[in-house]
Amino acid sequence: MSEAAHGSYYVPHGTHWPIVGSIGLTTLLVGVANFLNGLSVGTTMMAIGLAIVIFMMFGWFGQVIRESESGTYNDQVDRSFRWGMGWFIFSEVMFFAAFFGALFYARIYSVPWLGGGDPGTNEFLWSGFEAMWPTNGPGDIGGKFETIGAWGIPAINTLLLLSSGVTVTFAHWALKKNQRMPLVLWLLATVALGFTFLALQITEYTHAYHELNLTLGSGIYGSTFFMLTGFHGFHVTVGAIMLTVIMLRSLKGHFTPDHHFAFEGVAWYWHFVDVVWLGLFIFVYIL
Amino acid sequence: MTTATTHDTHHEEHRRGLMRWITTTNHKDIGTLYLLLSLLMFMVGGAMAMVIRAELFEPGLQFVEPQFFNSMTTMHALIMIFGAVMPAFVGLANWLIPMMIGAPDMALPRLNNWSFWILPFAFTILLSTLFMDGGAPAGGWTMYPPLVMQTGNAFPFLIFAVHLMGISSIMGAINVIVTIVNMRAPGMTMMKMPLFVWTWLITAYLLIATMPVLAGAVTMLLTDRFFDTSFFNAAGGGDPVMYQHIFWFFGHPEVYILILPAFGIVSQIIPTFSRKPLFGYSSMVYATASIAFLSFIVWAHHMFTVGMPLTGELFFMYATMLIAVPTGVKVFNWVSTMWRGAMTFETPMLFALGFVVMFTIGGFSGLMLAMAPVDFQYHDTYFVVAHFHYVLVTGAVFAIMGATYFWLPKWTGHMYNEKLGKLHFWLSTISVNVLFFPQHFLGLAGMPRRIPDYSVQFAGFNEISSIGGFAFGLTQLLFVYIVFKTIAGGEKATDQVWEGAYGLEWTLSSPPPYHSFSIAPDVK
Repeated sequence: MSEAAHGSYYVPHGTHWPIVGSIGLTTLLVGVANFLNGLSVGTTMMAIGLAIVIFMMFGWFGQVIRESESGTYNDQVDRSFRWGMGWFIFSEVMFFAAFFGALFYARIYSVPWLGGGDPGTNEFLWSGFEAMWPTNGPGDIGGKFETIGAWGIPAINTLLLLSSGVTVTFAHWALKKNQRMPLVLWLLATVALGFTFLALQITEYTHAYHELNLTLGSGIYGSTFFMLTGFHGFHVTVGAIMLTVIMLRSLKGHFTPDHHFAFEGVAWYWHFVDVVWLGLFIFVYIL
Repeated sequence: MTTATTHDTHHEEHRRGLMRWITTTNHKDIGTLYLLLSLLMFMVGGAMAMVIRAELFEPGLQFVEPQFFNSMTTMHALIMIFGAVMPAFVGLANWLIPMMIGAPDMALPRLNNWSFWILPFAFTILLSTLFMDGGAPAGGWTMYPPLVMQTGNAFPFLIFAVHLMGISSIMGAINVIVTIVNMRAPGMTMMKMPLFVWTWLITAYLLIATMPVLAGAVTMLLTDRFFDTSFFNAAGGGDPVMYQHIFWFFGHPEVYILILPAFGIVSQIIPTFSRKPLFGYSSMVYATASIAFLSFIVWAHHMFTVGMPLTGELFFMYATMLIAVPTGVKVFNWVSTMWRGAMTFETPMLFALGFVVMFTIGGFSGLMLAMAPVDFQYHDTYFVVAHFHYVLVTGAVFAIMGATYFWLPKWTGHMYNEKLGKLHFWLSTISVNVLFFPQHFLGLAGMPRRIPDYSVQFAGFNEISSIGGFAFGLTQLLFVYIVFKTIAGGEKATDQVWEGAYGLEWTLSSPPPYHSFSIAPDVK
């Protein structure tokens, strides 16, 4: 099969989108850096940079979609996309692994050591500190706080995300059977579940900040809690936006029963976000 | 399969001037860009090394402030690792992998363009920190907290520069993997791939698995500094040592990222000039994979003195020593390839031989450092500096230079000047040993790294080392001259270039066509 395909692998001639992306990304990051250093020019640069990045994404993805719909890509190109998406998701897994690693290290080593598991550390640094979890450390950084129980909003959110994994699969089945209406409706359900998850997450954060005094500054517990759930929430946002795009494209009649890599790529990404949440639910909320 | 004829894949019209290079999706153009950036960064990082060696020429403070000296050591490392060696390998991968596996181009050409074009921006950001309030980062390339938190305005720029380099590396690595798994010509099975392709495939996995971890680590630094988190603050229940674990989980595979492609290069050069196939091909592949696997379970040998349970010290010590086994397999195979070969000693072969001998010296000093009780003496001394410069300069950099001489005739269609090439090799080899060998003695005698001043007892060896350093620096100007002279013109190269050369890239013309294999070759 691939012998014939080799002759017509699509190699684009040239593209200006990457350089636009680099300029946008650089403007954005230099803006953030200036903002963090307290320079007022930072905010303007951030806005401009973000606008350029969004412009680049519209342009670049738009071009790829047009090429895909006009049948430019053969099976081999499709396989390249699949491998590429798969390894991109793996790199995301490793990014989350760094933060999970920080959580485990704090819980298994640094907090117990501070509390006397390592006699020297306790004696010389924080004599009398008792190890426990959750903690904001011997310095009581950020003041007393309460945590969010697992069986309230987080359990509902788990249910929402798991269901969305099912609905996106139903959408996929519909697409494979070329049933356009169920495809769009199941996608709509998935997107709705995703955004409901986000709305509940925002409610939970507000609750934590205003009533529980649980903030990003609440020692190691607050740090790991908000960085893990925050990055996850960011990924859900990105995933929900991507699903929305896929839904709109389905409405426009894009994709065929055997040629729909974009749908599958987004579905994989959505499942990845789902699995990360399960890890969070177990290790951040329950245990 | 061949119905997609509405487009013209091999349209030979490309833009001219600067826009050609900015918008290119061609693997050769992008490879050239990577290699030129690498050469530029090699010069910039080299200039910083010259500042370091000038300051260390004699005891006392001569030329620079201690703060600036520390900026120089920090920036030298970041520039050389992320700006010189890694882009050089990616450049070689771009040029060679499609030609070696019989593909028209890389699998994801637009992504390929972006991987490169992020880098000039990243290094502009990094180098701009030299002019900021508080100076460039000076806490060491490892960016350990709490020291790195004292960086001035440069701090967020450092973090974001690292993020950008990481994004570039991950995209580049994805492209390499996809190209190798999906673009091989019919008949090019995995176990027929040239070793350079194999080592790069494994390197790409290392990159994808570790660069995101580095991104996570520096993100935690950023939030600790600006958003009140306590990851590395013991008062909040965090731990500065935790940073070191996360960093070195990236950092140790990273040093194999810097050497595995070099193994691949040497495994291409030595058989060519020995006029024999590589000895023990499959064991080379398995050894590379073993080294990659081990690289994930040895990270804490960088932290023996930092405080770790005894079982940890023992585990990481023994795991580290295990690496000597697959590495030994490799050295054995290179030597066996040469055994009874009809050897000649053109410049690429000289660099490959220099690599085998001097990389092994670096390997042995690594073995010494692997022993935890011994490392307590050597840690953070010039012995460590000598060790990693032997593996990175006479290892990685020598391999890159060997590769340049080896494939430059293929790329440009011109032979380089053999006399000058040999001169470059010998001057480099002598000066690099004058530069780094005495540093072993300095370290054993207790001279600490990253300090601009030292006790007078160290004066003699430092003088010798600095003289070697200046000589090595000057010699590299000769390299730049040879490369550009060869690009400009020279004796015509044949398609095969070297008598013993074997592989698909040598079946193409010199220079090769714009799209390497428009029609996939049949590999027997």
